[in-house]
Amino acid sequence: MSIQPIQDPGLPTHVHRKADTDAVAAKRAERQVAILFLTSAVGTLLFIFAYVGIPQEQLIFLPLLGTTNAHQLFLGLGLAIALFFIGMGAVHWAKTLMPDHEVVDYRKEQRSKDEDREAFLSTVKEEGAAAGLGRRTLIKRTLGLSLGLVGLSPLLLLGDLGPLPGEELNETNWRGGTRLLTDPALRPIRPADLEVGAVAQVLPELPAGRKRTLNDIAKDALLLIRIRPEEFNLDAERLSWTYEGIIAFSKICSHMGCAVALYEQSTKHLLCPCHQSTFDVTRAAEVIFGPAARPLPQLPITVDA
Amino acid sequence: MKARERAAGAVANYIDERTGAAKWMKKTLTKVFPDHWSFMLGEIVMYSFIILLLSGTFLTFWFDPSMREVEYEGSYEPLEGVHMSAAYASALHISFDVRGGLLMRQIHHWAALIFLAAMVAHLLRVFFTGAFRKPREMNWIIGVGLLTLGIVEGFLGYSLPDDLLSGTGIRIAEAIMQAIPVVGSYISYFVFGGAFPGELFIPRIYVAHVLLIPGIFLALITAHLMLVWYQKHTQYPGPGRTERNVVGYPLLPVYMAKAGGFFFIVFGFTAFLGAVAQINPIWVYGPYTPAQIGAGSQPDWYMGWLDGLVRMAPPIETHAFGFTISWNILIPGLIVPGIIFTLMALYPFIESWITGDKREHHLLERPRNNPNRTAIGAMSLTFILVTLINGGNDLLATHFDLSINQIMWFSRIGVFVLPPIAFVVTKRICIALQRADREMVLHGKESGRLVMLPHGEFIEVHTPLSPEKAYTLTQHEQLPPLTAPESDQRGVALPRGIRNRIRARWSAAASEQVAKPTVDELKEIEHH
Repeated sequence: MSIQPIQDPGLPTHVHRKADTDAVAAKRAERQVAILFLTSAVGTLLFIFAYVGIPQEQLIFLPLLGTTNAHQLFLGLGLAIALFFIGMGAVHWAKTLMPDHEVVDYRKEQRSKDEDREAFLSTVKEEGAAAGLGRRTLIKRTLGLSLGLVGLSPLLLLGDLGPLPGEELNETNWRGGTRLLTDPALRPIRPADLEVGAVAQVLPELPAGRKRTLNDIAKDALLLIRIRPEEFNLDAERLSWTYEGIIAFSKICSHMGCAVALYEQSTKHLLCPCHQSTFDVTRAAEVIFGPAARPLPQLPITVDA
Repeated sequence: MKARERAAGAVANYIDERTGAAKWMKKTLTKVFPDHWSFMLGEIVMYSFIILLLSGTFLTFWFDPSMREVEYEGSYEPLEGVHMSAAYASALHISFDVRGGLLMRQIHHWAALIFLAAMVAHLLRVFFTGAFRKPREMNWIIGVGLLTLGIVEGFLGYSLPDDLLSGTGIRIAEAIMQAIPVVGSYISYFVFGGAFPGELFIPRIYVAHVLLIPGIFLALITAHLMLVWYQKHTQYPGPGRTERNVVGYPLLPVYMAKAGGFFFIVFGFTAFLGAVAQINPIWVYGPYTPAQIGAGSQPDWYMGWLDGLVRMAPPIETHAFGFTISWNILIPGLIVPGIIFTLMALYPFIESWITGDKREHHLLERPRNNPNRTAIGAMSLTFILVTLINGGNDLLATHFDLSINQIMWFSRIGVFVLPPIAFVVTKRICIALQRADREMVLHGKESGRLVMLPHGEFIEVHTPLSPEKAYTLTQHEQLPPLTAPESDQRGVALPRGIRNRIRARWSAAASEQVAKPTVDELKEIEHH
């Protein structure tokens, strides 16, 4: 410890509170604590009243809160009052009436005394030597081996947590000739259903009897967007994938898989609400902003009949 | 009275004869706890945990953690007949058809937000006052573990209702798993039991959320508190407070009444929030389907910084040997958070290596008296704040009519530029405050009273500080920087020369400070 420029004056002298010396003040504090506890009891009564007396679907209009469910609100307020004022009462009691003398306790260093440490060490050494821990390497190694191996078994048992991906992640239900169905009505979509500037979400038609799961939708969801054909800025191949200004992109963001659901008609940008990756519809969904590194996949579409 | 005393005595006797508890209890009931408002932050964490256990248990009585498809037929009419998972339907049932169910759901969610907020506040208190120093490094590491687990637990919790927002969060979690090079898609398939979303993740995260993680929590919190108990609480410096004592109130009755009362206050406050402040209105979002999303999708605040990091990442991917490495997800989603939490856990050891201080510390430091540490804290906070701002860039853009692109670029640049600025500014402020303390000790407080001297000069009268105040401002230690000999007397370079040099430079930076008044200086002032 360095020398202090100012000596420690020691604990400040204890100052009595009013309730310590004045019997009237003490009585007042006692009454205050009692009132706080009583307020809590009133809160519980409100809680019981709300549970029994206010119908569950009762709505109520309150300034600031707007229209809200009265049952839940008064249950909550009753509970809040009941709990909060028990706490306030206890704290007020402690602060005004319980002894407020600060007391001093002493610390000792965490470290054990030297003789304890030595005794511990010699015990370990003696007992270890008696058991032959230092010598019997064959036992130690085989034990290590078997412990290590048995530790593998839980890992092995977890093997059936899931299948291997295989080719599943590379495929969707879109094939050549698959018809585009509207979502959620699931009827084939026509070009006439989509005006210029409109967007539609479509799903592939599945073979008869195959039930559509969320897993299918998580890969298949497709956006159809119609703009004026002259607004496209595509190469010949990509242009041939469109039909009369209708272009189809995967709705699943190439970044983290969110649904790319925000289409800005004036700028013809698609925006992913998760991380704001922005794709230019006129240029085959090229990324123009945000963290996505790849364009949205474009699906070639045409009209069958 | 007599009969009651006799009965109580009989019970106590019965227990003590079998456990010998009286001896231990006698010591325990007089255990001393220092008093300070900032010591209540950790208490809030513990009380929120209890509230979470209570309200969470209530929710499990009705929640059905299953992804079985059902048709909704509860009392919330807008969703009548909609197909959804049993999990979502049961969460709606709790919200609309169980008396007090919505209240409990909201209390549970608010308690989780408070739990993590208080944990962060507690961590900052421990960091800025140096409470993590020897012998408390182990407790710091347990704390970092609790924070990490808390973030995961919170995320799993708001993923359970299987509404549109929570499903979107799970989709992002899937993408982060898949971004792990080579094995990512395998890990994701193991977690989800196949392709996303599958039908297994709700029951799986349910077990993790209600059993696995709370169990680990309980064990770690117990260890955390046992260490606090055994090592005795730290205390703020002041008159009568030393490294060898602990000054405060005894457990019985004052601390018990205050801490017990505070539990009810925290619970009451949480219940109030649950009653009046709507949180996570899942019925508005609708059931999850991968093809839909709500605009302004936001994670809870403790995940916001992570989301902000992911949002600001530049679009970089590598395609090699048939593998895709998505740096734009890998770096912000896994590498940077990994580095942050590792550095956080190691900080006590880094600091003691730099200062060479291996002694026990039980007196807390005022943040200004350790400018380097305070500046490091401010720097880290600034980093997190910028990422958090970027995590809400869409909401900021719509609420304040800003361009989302500009906020993104502000964050991309700011995340590198602002933290160092915060470091320098904070360090200067700390040193300026030290100077102010020194002035105050030497010359007293400005009284605001102007006096004209006989020869016409005006002076302001300074009132000297009380000895208590003066002691509090001067009791701290000022460690000299470590010096690193690079070579021995004959000029031969020592091994580890570079390591020593780095250490000496950091140590010099860490010990930059305004010297506190010396005994001589004080004597000289008294002379005047």
